[in-house]
Amino acid sequence: MSEKRATREAYGETLIELGRVNPNIVVLEADLAKSTTTIKFKKEFPDRFFDCGVAEQNMMAMAAGLATTGKICFTGSFAMFATGRAFEQVRNTIAYPSLNVKICPTHAGITVGADGGSHQTIEDIALMRVIPGMTVIVPADYYEAKKAIAKAVEIDGPVYVRLGRATLPMIFDEDYDFVPGKAIVLREGTDVTIFATGIMVSSSLVAAESLAKDGISAEVINISTIKPLDDNAIIESAVKTGRVVVAEEHSIIGGLGSAVAELLCEKHPVPVARVGIKDVFGRSGEPAELLKYYGLTDEDISQAAKGLLGK
Amino acid sequence: MTTHTTNKQATVSLVEAKARTIRTRIINMLGAAGSGHPGGSLSAADIVTTLYFHEMNHNAAEPRWPGRDRFVLSKGHAAPVLYAALAESGYFPREDLATLRKIDSHLQGHPDMNKTPGVEISTGSLGMGFSAAVGMALGLKIDKSESRVYTLIGDGESQEGIIWEASMFAPQHKLDNLVGILDYNNLQIDGRVSDIVDIRPAAAKWSAFGWHTIEIDGHNIEQIIGALDEAKSIKGKPTMIIANTVKGKNVSFMEGQVDFHGKAPSKDEVAQACGEIEASGPLG
Ligand SMILES: Cc1ncc(C[n+]2csc(CCOP(=O)(O)OP(=O)(O)O)c2C)c(N)n1
Ligand SMILES: [Mg+2]
Repeated sequence: MSEKRATREAYGETLIELGRVNPNIVVLEADLAKSTTTIKFKKEFPDRFFDCGVAEQNMMAMAAGLATTGKICFTGSFAMFATGRAFEQVRNTIAYPSLNVKICPTHAGITVGADGGSHQTIEDIALMRVIPGMTVIVPADYYEAKKAIAKAVEIDGPVYVRLGRATLPMIFDEDYDFVPGKAIVLREGTDVTIFATGIMVSSSLVAAESLAKDGISAEVINISTIKPLDDNAIIESAVKTGRVVVAEEHSIIGGLGSAVAELLCEKHPVPVARVGIKDVFGRSGEPAELLKYYGLTDEDISQAAKGLLGK
Repeated sequence: MTTHTTNKQATVSLVEAKARTIRTRIINMLGAAGSGHPGGSLSAADIVTTLYFHEMNHNAAEPRWPGRDRFVLSKGHAAPVLYAALAESGYFPREDLATLRKIDSHLQGHPDMNKTPGVEISTGSLGMGFSAAVGMALGLKIDKSESRVYTLIGDGESQEGIIWEASMFAPQHKLDNLVGILDYNNLQIDGRVSDIVDIRPAAAKWSAFGWHTIEIDGHNIEQIIGALDEAKSIKGKPTMIIANTVKGKNVSFMEGQVDFHGKAPSKDEVAQACGEIEASGPLG
């Protein structure tokens, strides 16, 4: 777990690999090619890279048009603007006609850091999850991001892959076989299940380790595909442990916490504690400070688990 | 409140000196923060300084004074130039500038109207501040207020569709209390605006959209003052001032450098930059 990389780094690199084998890959950017790393694709495939300028709405609707001509379009920008500014372009012109557009923006969540609340989207999972037919993937590390971006091409239809700026410890490796829609048990346990996504997966593993020292056996499950949700895996683990913590770098409203709570309420009600941003906006600061400020550390996860166990 | 000097050259010199001070504050603030946007703050420094220290009626002791003129920094990433102007005007202590982008600071990476006194509306998502400024001008018009609204947009920002939606609304409603200023430095993040998605001919576009259009050198205080005066004499339509600028202006190693769009200066660079600015004339 020594090497750390950001999930955004996987974006440009994977696009190049995809571009080499598939001439239909086209990459659109909205004036953030360095930050999103699409600049790498631009260097190798200048003819299949188009910078739309600061015009995210136009970029998304153009991607839909390109998709009708058989192109597989990847669209960049920051997650705030791709899902927020261009929401209705994504909803009505990409998803409604079920067009083959991949939305892989970077800089999601509060770990954007010093740019502050205007740039820290804590709503994007909710916005994308609510759209019919949208696949929503939140990779937990660099390797999972690589695999998810590559797999997105095999899914016929719109796919959202949430990428981040924070560097994260490695959980997977080059041989990891990412299967969209499949939850992965990273650690087995019997007292409580921690369902985590994105940057919160590695902190959940740390939390489980410290819980073990306190005699609490926590199961950690990586939910990288938030939609379609792996209902069976979630219910199975909830049946086994009877207590559920959900951890995400997103509002507690509308994200993974909501998805898991909705499912369990209907199928197997158990106590659920949500670790996420508690219905407030972000602010400027260092990523680590912000995670602490908003209650998104491994300690917060441990506390939530202990709370469910009455400890 | 603005003090008006009768001697034009004296006024220009005062604003120029203040602009130098604003520039050193921008550099120091970004150096302390370790991140942020120097290029677009420096290209806008002369315009913003002229607004706060010559043009606008405003009162730091009463930031929400109803009779004030409003400034909206639509290109919100240039927050340092706004914060420097507000601190120099007395809205908050100058020492606060060193807290830029820190977790407990009221000075957010992008302007936040609920945290920083003097900030009229929160911006950071490009394009939207401009529409908000149109809304302010409309509200003031409804109230028959004498107050005027000034808003600064970027040339990269001008690629956003919302700019052009608002640009059609303002003349429709004869918002002659609205002045837009385009910080035309021909650079965005990915390169030259003319190489990415060109906005030329900018002046002809704004004229065609129903705005009174004035083209100036955005670093010439006399021309900035002249354009703002002219805007006041125009009735029945809004004015757009196309200000030709240089990104990173007055810091040799930042001028025209796309890399300094969103990169803070190092300690050494802060010293060099401030040295160059101070050598260019008196501070104010
Ligand atoms: C809606 C939106 N998209 C993208 C960004 C990221 N961004 C910040 S500044 C910038 C470039 C702006 O260029 P320009 O308007 O020319 O600014 P200036 O050169 O004056 O700094 C971009 C793309 C943003 N803040 N808002
Ligand atoms: Mg520019």
